Amino acid sequence: MKRLFLILMLLASPTLAVQPDEILADPVLESRARVISKELRCVVCRNENIDSSNAEVARDLRLLVRERLSAGDNDVEVVNFVVDRYGEYVLLKPRFDRSNALLWGMGPLALIIGAGVAILFIRRRPRVQVAGLSVDEQHRLDELLGK
Amino acid sequence: MIIELGHFAVLLAFGLSLVQLSVPMIGASKNWSSWMQLADITAILQFVLIAFSFGTLTWAFVTSDFSVQLVAENSHSLKPMLYKVSGVWGNHEGSMLLWILILVFYGALVAVLGGNLPAPLKARVLSVQAMISAAFLGFLIFTSNPSWRLANPPLDGNDLTPLLQDPGLAFHPPFLYMGYVGLSMSFSFAVAALIEGRVDAAWARWVRPWTLLAWVTLTIGIALGSWWAYYELGWGGWWFWDPVENASFMPWLIAAALLHSAIVVEKRETLKSWTVLLAILAFSFSLIGTFIVRSGVITSVHAFANDPERGVFILGILTVAIGGALTLYAVRASKLQSNSAFSLVSRESGLVVNNLLLVVAAAVVFFGTIWPLVAEMTTGRKLSVGAPFFELAFTPFMVLLAMFLPIGAMLSWKRAQVGKTVKHLRGAMALASAVGIFIWSRETGGRMMAPVGLALAAWLVFGTLVDLGVRVRFGKIPFAQVLRRLRNLPRSDWGKSVGHIGFGLTIWGIAAVTAWEVEDIRVVNVGDSFTVAAYDFEFKSVNRIQGKNYSADLGHVTASENGKVVAQLYPEKRFYPVQRMPTTEAAIQTTLTRDLYVVLGDRQADGSWAMRTYIKPFTVWIWIGSITMALGGLLSMTDRRYRVASTARRKEPDAVPAE
Repeated sequence: MKRLFLILMLLASPTLAVQPDEILADPVLESRARVISKELRCVVCRNENIDSSNAEVARDLRLLVRERLSAGDNDVEVVNFVVDRYGEYVLLKPRFDRSNALLWGMGPLALIIGAGVAILFIRRRPRVQVAGLSVDEQHRLDELLGK
Repeated sequence: MIIELGHFAVLLAFGLSLVQLSVPMIGASKNWSSWMQLADITAILQFVLIAFSFGTLTWAFVTSDFSVQLVAENSHSLKPMLYKVSGVWGNHEGSMLLWILILVFYGALVAVLGGNLPAPLKARVLSVQAMISAAFLGFLIFTSNPSWRLANPPLDGNDLTPLLQDPGLAFHPPFLYMGYVGLSMSFSFAVAALIEGRVDAAWARWVRPWTLLAWVTLTIGIALGSWWAYYELGWGGWWFWDPVENASFMPWLIAAALLHSAIVVEKRETLKSWTVLLAILAFSFSLIGTFIVRSGVITSVHAFANDPERGVFILGILTVAIGGALTLYAVRASKLQSNSAFSLVSRESGLVVNNLLLVVAAAVVFFGTIWPLVAEMTTGRKLSVGAPFFELAFTPFMVLLAMFLPIGAMLSWKRAQVGKTVKHLRGAMALASAVGIFIWSRETGGRMMAPVGLALAAWLVFGTLVDLGVRVRFGKIPFAQVLRRLRNLPRSDWGKSVGHIGFGLTIWGIAAVTAWEVEDIRVVNVGDSFTVAAYDFEFKSVNRIQGKNYSADLGHVTASENGKVVAQLYPEKRFYPVQRMPTTEAAIQTTLTRDLYVVLGDRQADGSWAMRTYIKPFTVWIWIGSITMALGGLLSMTDRRYRVASTARRKEPDAVPAE
């Protein structure tokens, strides 16, 4: 629990994430900045995006993102710019590339394989249960019928 | 002195657990009844001893005995009494003791209430329970002893982290642990069944209430944790896909699958080995969760390497328990013959779909959680997997689950006709689509989150109501008879309906707040007014106040709608001097249709204040839904067939009682 609490402490320090002075005047740019910020990791935090983090680094990154957007970069360019400087560690959503294929493909793959196995399992057995008599029961029946 | 007695009790309990894990197991295989019966006594004694030990630690916290290291590190004489008590489990050692207390409590329950269990099964179950308690008592004694004294006791303690001084979080760990540990019962029953080589309807009838109890408490624990995050962390997030959260979510998903597949075993005597596997997996994920939280391995490989003692110990427990159980499973599962077949379209298949989706969803969460570790160990790349991944990779399976649920829940056992079920559900489908289309037409920007999510929620709720209606022949027979039929429905049917409706309500809340939340961040002076969405806010004042163990700036904001004041909001910024830690206390006004959420930020250089305001539509339904789900589980758990002690072990392959 202690560790959980430490993490939560980091999450909950009082200065609030995006500060009023950071917000861009252009609401379209600002909303793009918010979307991008939610996918970038605060590198010194534990599992927290820069949008909600209170760390200094996060603020720097938020300002950097807004600076690039104001300079006319598109969303992909902004993210690439940040990744070039901080590494792919900042991406909270790992890229769809070959090295992450297993991560992204795992769910659909497991579902397909699981469904296949389930269908085989269900169809393998007779559709309708025929309650056959055991040898003993058959024997007893024969006896009763006087055979 | 008393804390030493508590320590001694733990040592004794450890000794007893060693007896209990061996003697009854041997007795069961040799059929010596006195050896088997020994387990009852030791199980009860273990509980008494651990309860005593837990009591001594609680006493030390309540009386602020700072000569106990744990108390000195985690408590303070000025702390309110509730948090002195919850401080017992607000730290590693105390929380492990609580874990064990719940474990042996369940063991004692089996000993006392399990009179109708066949003696060998009961002995084996208790023996497996004792293996788990021996492992964790060993962990407590050798790595996490709560009873250490300080040679020079401090005058006052370090205090509990202020964030934890909160009623929501005081009860979060006990519920979570009741869930985690409750799954150990299903695990013990599964292992005992593998040893015996038999699983039948009676077995499922014993396992299902335990699984339900675990799932219900886990649901409540997770809901409490997320509710706490919502109001305490200051921006109204309620789920972060943090490894620590995932650690509790994975067993929840598997337990949900298990409690459904156990129905199939109970009613139809098939899916036996799958159910046993799920029971093993569910507790395995509890252990993995414990490992993730305790070792810190997911945070960083290095943190784990720096302080490996505890992590390695739990890893050892984990390997032996999971590895052992799975090996046993591999050897013995073929013994568990299922003797009834079902068609591809049937309730059984519906429950298979449920299981498949829940297990795959759990696997996605598991993979996402460990992926950074795997990537770093195999390729040396450091990468992150966070909320955006899980939202994308996990959600589709829940959407599929919600789409299938009302249909699967109405299919008849053995062999069903889709056409017939769909005919019943046409109305619900139309209504749900209407909800979706209505919302979609009112949306601007064309986001699909709200229409799809809310249509699914409506589909779940209406579909479940249709199911109930069909069961009681609503509209087909006089209303008085419908009422009588409703009254006579078995509780497990009510549990099913209530649980499924709860799932729908939770989806409703999640979709609505995700799609429609409005946020406002600004700098305001006292006396300023501002407008967010349909609400006008006025910042009235800020005052410095003094709490019992903190000081705070208390803001006062009024919110009006159409010129009428609808809420007085008092957001706080607190400072806890002992821990030198500030916290934010958001002011929240909740109604069924929306939350107003106001947070007081930092004071700016010119004397104005940063302020965040959110309008969060339908948020409270996330938790209403969770609690409804838990209530559904409780209803099922108290079904007559689990209460009546008439579960003599017999074969009844064709008996299909209440659904």
